[in-house]
Amino acid sequence: MLRFIARRLLQVIPVLFVIITATFFMVRFVPGGPFTGEKSIPPEILKNIEAHYGLDQPLWRQYLNYLRQIAHGNLGPSFKYSNRSVNEIIADKLPVSLELGALSLAVALVMGLTLGVIAAVRRNTWLDYLASSVGMLGICVPTFVMGPLLVLFFAIHLGWVNASGWYGWPDRILPSLTLGFVYAAYLMRITRGGMLEVLNQDYIRTARAKGASELRIVLRHALRGGLMPVVSFLGPAIAGILTGSFVIETIFQIPGLGREFVNSAFSRDYTLVLGTVILYAGLITGLNLAADIAQVWLNPKLKFE
Amino acid sequence: MPSVVKNSPAVIVPAEPGSSLWSDAWHRLSKNRLAVLGGGMLLILGLVSLLGPPVISALGGASYAYNFTNLDNAFAPPSHLHLFGTDQLGRDLLVRVLMGGRISLGVGLCATFVALTIGVVYGAIAGYVGGKTDAVMMRLVDIIYALPFTIFVILLMVFFGRNIILLFVAIGAVEWLTMARIVRGQIMSLKKMEFIEAARSLGLSNRRIIFRHLLPNALGPIIVYTTLTIPAVMLLEAFLSFLGLGVQPPMSSWGTLIKDGAEKMEEFWWLLVFPGAIFSLALFSLNFLGDGLRDALDVRAAKD
Repeated sequence: MLRFIARRLLQVIPVLFVIITATFFMVRFVPGGPFTGEKSIPPEILKNIEAHYGLDQPLWRQYLNYLRQIAHGNLGPSFKYSNRSVNEIIADKLPVSLELGALSLAVALVMGLTLGVIAAVRRNTWLDYLASSVGMLGICVPTFVMGPLLVLFFAIHLGWVNASGWYGWPDRILPSLTLGFVYAAYLMRITRGGMLEVLNQDYIRTARAKGASELRIVLRHALRGGLMPVVSFLGPAIAGILTGSFVIETIFQIPGLGREFVNSAFSRDYTLVLGTVILYAGLITGLNLAADIAQVWLNPKLKFE
Repeated sequence: MPSVVKNSPAVIVPAEPGSSLWSDAWHRLSKNRLAVLGGGMLLILGLVSLLGPPVISALGGASYAYNFTNLDNAFAPPSHLHLFGTDQLGRDLLVRVLMGGRISLGVGLCATFVALTIGVVYGAIAGYVGGKTDAVMMRLVDIIYALPFTIFVILLMVFFGRNIILLFVAIGAVEWLTMARIVRGQIMSLKKMEFIEAARSLGLSNRRIIFRHLLPNALGPIIVYTTLTIPAVMLLEAFLSFLGLGVQPPMSSWGTLIKDGAEKMEEFWWLLVFPGAIFSLALFSLNFLGDGLRDALDVRAAKD
């Protein structure tokens, strides 16, 4: 177990290194820098600004400097927000994105698992068809259609919640429902499939023969096996929720890191782009790893190779 | 497609006389109402997107061209003159949605083709050669899988201009991984079968064995996954367009129309509702067709 985790952790390091290097050079080889937009800067001052940020040094030196910097956990100063470091911006915005992500994941899990289990247990009844239709709806109506429609109806038409912003708890409802619903749909389909497979197995028949109640069979016997495919989907789901929040934060004007990332890419804020990419890459690979470990831990058939 | 199977020297499923895997599959598919509905809807959407704009222009005159602006007629609600209403420049929204359909469906097909080609060739080579080559190739796929690829596509689109060719390549580069895995698995299990041994003992070249004998037998899963890749690709394109990174004006894709609609929905609901509904309809159709194909071609499911 420990060896498995250690080996997977060792694999993460080259992946992150490749991401950092690729992003660094991609960002630098692009025409137009962060200060080229402002036309009124005289050349001497521009030179000073570039020297201040170390942009006047040869590229390989900048690269090595950057690597040394992030090895110390310092992502550098932001190019666009003067006097703010990337670390500060991330510390400011990341909690918002994480809260949105966590709420969405909770929505997805509660809705997806409940609907999936109900659909599998009541297979081919109207309950199953209803749950399956909800699943199809979530997969086929993308967040950027669903979100604005929900705003149109609940915020503008009924006036129950605000259309945008991120202040009180009512502001959390629509964004996390919108983002969570998509993954609830996938989870519902996966849960249904997994449960159906398990419910046909011999040990479930044994449990039935012993006279266990239907509820007990589902909750105690079938759920553990039936949820295996769900656990392996959690990694991709978390990655999807994190990147999906870019759009959600734009729709609902939430001051999170996703919106900041898209903006920073537009304004060529090199350090902020690099910082957020590294952070997201680390988060996603880390959570993928956690999902993998959970999967092997829960399933005795898989061994820690 | 049936001709390919006829030429291949083996049938993987012991078929009843007179009914091949493909005619069986076709039969099952045509009984699946949702799949047939999805397929028909797609055909209609494709045809209307292709033929609609010129026909509407011919019938209604030049004011129905997708780039005809008329500020006096801006934000006209849906009526018999403009079924879907008009946008902020007085352009007919129906024509814009149809033009958007060309782009969205086109991007979906082209990028899927890119992904299909890379994935099939890569997976087939890895699966057929096996051994160390396979280990290295699949390890690479694992690593790329772990990358936050949406983020990279966003960076690519921001930095290297938003041209549509790059959009195909970027999306295709993201979506080939699963295809490679699926094809590899299929090839791995097929290559141990006797008909491949026979082909080898006949002295056929590796390339011929892969393309004439192995891949035709792996066609089922490839088709199914391709059908399910198209909606994923279209979603990604719309996602990028929604963030302002995809197709640029005056061209419009469903994603850009939805973005514009979402900005103005408070007063002009039709700008959001119609493009959104058509886009979702296309996704529904593709997913129903894909699910239907999976059930029709999945030999395991047919047995129980």
